[in-house]
Amino acid sequence: MLKLEKRPEPSTLWTYLTPLVAVLATMLAGGALFAFLGKDPVLAIRTIFWDPLFSEFAYYYRPQLLVKGAPLVLIAIGLSLGFRAGIWNIGAEGQYIIGALAGAGVGLAFYPHEAWYIFPLMVLAGALGGCAWAMIPAILKVRFGTNEILVSLMLVYVAERLLASMSLGLLKNPEGMGFPGSRNLQNYPSAHNAELIAGSGMHWGVVAAFIAVIAAHVLLNRHILGYHIRLAGQAPRAARFAGVTPARLILVCLGTAGALAGMAGLFEVSGPAGQVSIDFNVGYGFTAIIVAFLGRLHPVGILLAGALMALTYIGGEIAQSQLGLPSAAIQLFQGMLLFFLLAIDVLTNYRLVRTAREVA
Amino acid sequence: MDLGAIDPALLLASLMVAATPLLLAAVGELVVERAGVLNLGVEGMMITGAICGFIVAVQSGSPLLGMAAAAAGGAGLSMLFALLTQFALANQVASGLSLTLFGLGLSALMGQGYQGVKPPPFPRLDVALLSDLPLVGPVLLSHDLMVYFGLIICAVVWAMLKYTRAGLILRAVGENHDAAHALGYNVVGIRILAIMFGGACAGLGGAYISLIRVPQWTEGMTAGIGWIALALVVFASWKPGRVLLGAYLFGGVSVIQLNLQAAGVAIPVEYLAMSPYLITILVLVIMSADRSRAPGSLGRPFHAPS
Repeated sequence: MLKLEKRPEPSTLWTYLTPLVAVLATMLAGGALFAFLGKDPVLAIRTIFWDPLFSEFAYYYRPQLLVKGAPLVLIAIGLSLGFRAGIWNIGAEGQYIIGALAGAGVGLAFYPHEAWYIFPLMVLAGALGGCAWAMIPAILKVRFGTNEILVSLMLVYVAERLLASMSLGLLKNPEGMGFPGSRNLQNYPSAHNAELIAGSGMHWGVVAAFIAVIAAHVLLNRHILGYHIRLAGQAPRAARFAGVTPARLILVCLGTAGALAGMAGLFEVSGPAGQVSIDFNVGYGFTAIIVAFLGRLHPVGILLAGALMALTYIGGEIAQSQLGLPSAAIQLFQGMLLFFLLAIDVLTNYRLVRTAREVA
Repeated sequence: MDLGAIDPALLLASLMVAATPLLLAAVGELVVERAGVLNLGVEGMMITGAICGFIVAVQSGSPLLGMAAAAAGGAGLSMLFALLTQFALANQVASGLSLTLFGLGLSALMGQGYQGVKPPPFPRLDVALLSDLPLVGPVLLSHDLMVYFGLIICAVVWAMLKYTRAGLILRAVGENHDAAHALGYNVVGIRILAIMFGGACAGLGGAYISLIRVPQWTEGMTAGIGWIALALVVFASWKPGRVLLGAYLFGGVSVIQLNLQAAGVAIPVEYLAMSPYLITILVLVIMSADRSRAPGSLGRPFHAPS
């Protein structure tokens, strides 16, 4: 009989191995799924993971890796701080929307005035908007002990309604001939989050994502606050004796996550998306949860996981157009990845041992 | 604006219909949480149940068979959660989230080609003469059968938790799993059964939306009802009677906001549509003052000491 036995220390080997095994298992299970849908599994997996990087048209897809990866990494870095401390912000999608609305709102307020300070102001507004939205569950949790999971999630639905209202009302393009959606920020140079090097996919959001990775790494390893965050997650009681204020930690973790998600929203709306529209949000806030876990809540891990997840987005789109693979299959594929990761993760803290049947 | 057009009898009747999916999902989750497990995958199980029930009902032409399939679908998905949390000892919050993400993808995939299809109509209660009574008839006696089924299941869960030995064991497992284990109860086994029951109920709740309330299939059609059901369990302080009250309250809110939309109140539609979510938050804040009633082992993984 097989039995689980707790390891005295989490296994370092399995900490690194788990994400890799999970990705492999997902490829296998995903292949089976694609075969079930009547597609060639090997071709489908190759289209998703290989073609965006190395195929004939890869020059077109590679920049997309940065475009899709940046918001994921930016949001996931923020989420990982909270997840480490046992604070579950799952409403990043809402914070992303509010950040985009606040930032785009500031930009549109200046239209058609041109000035260098407009874009930085928009970034600031985006961060503040996301932060404010995340402060709602944070303050409710600190003040009343309300469950932050449910509140942050409810606020996603509220933010979606607000987005619909804004793109139909306040932020609607007055010259848009009645169509919903705001002015296109790509046509407004002062507010446009343009590519820094043409054709590279590199925009300010990508820069911010890299800065966030480095900052989070420094914070977690070199700063007392990062130490407190790690301590609170691993030993809440010990943390309290060490002088960690839970309330402060909740405000900081949720606030940072909100600000980063808000910035991600702003960079998206002023760059790749271009305008506030009803269906502006595409679920980055939820996928970022998978990214955070896949990256083991570690900044560098999140960077790699974000790149991989961006790859499945792009590969999924290619598979959609070339193989007719439904878009939902990719969504399912990403969900599966988190599943396998959580299942295999047991081996980090436990080992399988064979037990001989004891004689009574 | 024409508030006079809102018929109170019709309002009450549609309130019961709006409350039923919430009631079913929340009662299921209540049992799961009383067993000490926090399954955040209700939304995923609901939407999976919604599409499973829809497909089977359309293919077989029997809505009752569809309901059975929905329960099976929800329970089947919940077994993945059981596998993760009970055997692989994974974090319950993360596992529940992954269940929701997975369920949303799965249902969208399964539902391809079912958009715009009309499901067979669901049988309604029709008591001779009595169903035609004014007020009492439409409000109490002429609903579809699932409305009554939801009420029955709520009553059964209440009675089971309060009066039976099985209910006592379930509560013991939820309050203190180490003590229950020491008494010789199979903690993991009991929890798996509870999770399965929760999944089946969530599946039924989902199918109620796709087969009866709407009735058609659209992607992501549960729109957060699973999450509201989770909030409802907190609101109810883990008591079945209060779940019923809460479900009718939330049902009332969503029906009233829909009626206000239809009546053309001067508030934009989007802001009215926010109200169920905002009220959920408000209720959570009010109820969070009293955390003492949460089951003692809620959300903690159990690994049998050897």
